[in-house]
Amino acid sequence: MHETSVAESILSTILETAGRVNAQPVGATISCGQFNALNDEVMNFAFETAAAGTVCEGMTLTIRHVPLRATCRQCGTTFEFDIYRPVCRQCSSAEFVFKPDAPLLLETIEFKDGKE
Amino acid sequence: MKLSLNQKILSRNEEYAQKNRAFFAKHKVLCLNVISSPGAGKTTTLARTIRDMKDTLTIGVIEGDIKTDTDAQKIRAAGAEAVQIETKGACHLSAEQVHGVLKSIHADTKDVVFIENVGNLVCPSAFDLGEHKRVVILSIPEGDDKPVKYPGTFAGADVVLVNKIDLSDYIEFNLQRVLADICAVNPDAQIYQVSAATGEGMDAWYDWLCQQRQQITE
Repeated sequence: MHETSVAESILSTILETAGRVNAQPVGATISCGQFNALNDEVMNFAFETAAAGTVCEGMTLTIRHVPLRATCRQCGTTFEFDIYRPVCRQCSSAEFVFKPDAPLLLETIEFKDGKE
Repeated sequence: MKLSLNQKILSRNEEYAQKNRAFFAKHKVLCLNVISSPGAGKTTTLARTIRDMKDTLTIGVIEGDIKTDTDAQKIRAAGAEAVQIETKGACHLSAEQVHGVLKSIHADTKDVVFIENVGNLVCPSAFDLGEHKRVVILSIPEGDDKPVKYPGTFAGADVVLVNKIDLSDYIEFNLQRVLADICAVNPDAQIYQVSAATGEGMDAWYDWLCQQRQQITE
């Protein structure tokens, strides 16, 4: 349930930004990597709960899961790493070098038009 | 209207993690964040470490628990100073909570400060507390599927202690599988097989601890 902390953090940024641009937020997109993955259902529930009673109530939250890329140490193939099947697609080796996992990001906030 | 922010979501946590990092650097104290499921043996491992290393290292412990200070009492009984953070329902410690108790740990008199996180194999891994290194404890009774089920936690570990190896005659546990699965997501992790109850294998962990302590004071 680290989703609760993530939801509170997103909410405070959206509220602050909405106040600054004086507009009604209607949607936001966040992204996460594979190691700090968020559960979509829990994330949406946590955000709904946090947003209730604020101008963010009813906003749509889009969660983008960024794949983790790994390079096989044996054959050099770079591929999208599946943490539930940790072998190289090409040679089935289990030794990799990982590219950095994507951080938790608040990418965009969408506001209702015509209220700026 | 769409605004592009690309802002780190846990940036507030990161700000406090940086403050904590600076604090530990200033006081030349090794800080270790200890993460495991409930019941894997975090407190027992720390209590044994405190007792066995009492002539070598002065240790302090920041205890994170949802409720009660029973763990802090066990740490004090082992002879170390302990500060309790009650998270009141939160499933992980935040850098800000840790920052709030730093003054109480008397860092100038310590060689090592352990932060015993809330028992949970998922959430704590997302929160940098400003530690030097991260220790993950996995105990044999939990099963050998944990690294596959919680890859993010094992990917972030500097050390993995496979605890309760004294029970390996009684519980089915494929150690080779665990080692391979940890290695798949984290080839650099140091893995030690230990029993905090009997003391078996703990010397290798103590050696690692002393090495890390030495590195930050050099």
